[in-house]
Amino acid sequence: MRTAAKVLEEHRDELSRLDREIGDGDHGENMHRGFAALVTAMERDAPDSPGGVLKLVAMTLISKVGGAAGPLYGTAFLRAATAVKDTGELDAPTVAVALRAALDGVVARGKAERGDKTMVDALLPAVLAAESAAERGEDVPALLRAAADAAAEGADSTVLVLARKGRASYLGERSVGHMDPGARSTALLLRTFADVASGHR
Amino acid sequence: MKKIINDPSTVVEESLKGMASAHPDLIEVQLDPAVVVRADAPVPGKVAIISGGGAGHEPLHGGFVGRGMLDAACPGHVFTSPTPDQVQAAVQKTDGGAGALLIVKNYTGDVLNFETAAELAEADGVAVRSVVIDDDVAVTDSLYTAGRRGVGGTLLLEKVVGAAAERGADLDGCEALARKVIGQVRSMGLALAAGTVPHAGEPGFTLADDEIELGIGIHGEPGRRRVKIGTADEMVKSLLDPILDDLPFAAGDRVLLFTNGMGGTPLIELYLAHGIAERLLAERGIVVERRLVGPFVTSLEMQGMSLTLLKLDDELVELWDAPVHTAALRWGV
Repeated sequence: MRTAAKVLEEHRDELSRLDREIGDGDHGENMHRGFAALVTAMERDAPDSPGGVLKLVAMTLISKVGGAAGPLYGTAFLRAATAVKDTGELDAPTVAVALRAALDGVVARGKAERGDKTMVDALLPAVLAAESAAERGEDVPALLRAAADAAAEGADSTVLVLARKGRASYLGERSVGHMDPGARSTALLLRTFADVASGHR
Repeated sequence: MKKIINDPSTVVEESLKGMASAHPDLIEVQLDPAVVVRADAPVPGKVAIISGGGAGHEPLHGGFVGRGMLDAACPGHVFTSPTPDQVQAAVQKTDGGAGALLIVKNYTGDVLNFETAAELAEADGVAVRSVVIDDDVAVTDSLYTAGRRGVGGTLLLEKVVGAAAERGADLDGCEALARKVIGQVRSMGLALAAGTVPHAGEPGFTLADDEIELGIGIHGEPGRRRVKIGTADEMVKSLLDPILDDLPFAAGDRVLLFTNGMGGTPLIELYLAHGIAERLLAERGIVVERRLVGPFVTSLEMQGMSLTLLKLDDELVELWDAPVHTAALRWGV
């Protein structure tokens, strides 16, 4: 999560620029603020279980990010926390289950489907990739890498589509040609989790 | 920008502190997360009625916290939805064991944040229901929402449901009543000049000297169309006709007429407009049984007004007349 905070700080301007093109331009700032607050909260009192960490992430993002991204990411992490319960060490099938729970939470909250130009376009392919990696018996780093690759591809795919949900949908045709900032931040987070699990960062 | 403020980033917090000191007998204000709670909360055995939304619409919602109306209000930053942890804190502070009803205005951010809050509160073991009010007939989609917006009708909903909860209605009863009110309340507004959000520093929009924005939202988001300003008679009619056609309201209907100021229009004009609306309704055979006039659901210092009509029956009249004791509405006590 500390690395995620750093990555979001590095990409703050990029996310805000994407958001300015089709939204209200605060996504980078909001995500950065949320994850910076998370680092502070973890320094104060780091939970000792994966579920505890996910719950802390959820509550911090919910209270600090605001807008639509706060409740959407908050719900994703909250559902993931519930899914992993009090597991001590995460194995690949549990990670896949947690990612699926996160996706279900985002879909239930935002009522978006694949192709609406939202974070679902990154998260859904990531979940499918993670589930098939788990079925193949791959380990957690390999599973997360597969999920991150699928999410990146999914985020790229949002450039070409018309927004049907979220603030970008008010632009109609004008939303075509821009990547969805929520899909981009989802892809960035999954890439970071994969890098950290693989020992790259 | 000329405002009586110290710093745009502390406006909401300082205003809440001032409100707390003005009404120590009615409310308690908690900061971080920001919640306005009625002084005697939690009331054992009573359904907690909770609302909230961006600041800048005062007295909505904090001014309606007190006996017979809201148990708590969650103010966000100016024109910005409150966060779920605020709503969760409000539920915790007001839960009297009978559950909580969340009254949400239909704006995307508000709906997302309140839904997430409901999930958190349920996880805490409190029964929570939400209702979304969308009474604005002016537009179906606006800058802030998918579907119609929640505007002036919110006050009437909070009053009526608050009265029912105070008399001991259970959570199912409060929710059913709220859905009934939402089904028969309609509003529309217009603006003569925009308000200025403190951290923006500039007015939300600009109108020429002879222009008005018809169908304005309470954040200054655009409405149906810009038109030349007419006489008061013409302006009131241009608000009332779409409201009447929408439900529709018919001759013989009993109604509550709420003539609301947007913050920068004086009572002298609001009463003038209210009189015209009463006359137009009488001409259509619609019976105005209850009224409310004043700036209650505002948009900072926006110049303008809105009209809200609620179709009444004996139950709603009784609940409207029931005692209420809040900073902004008080009768029967």
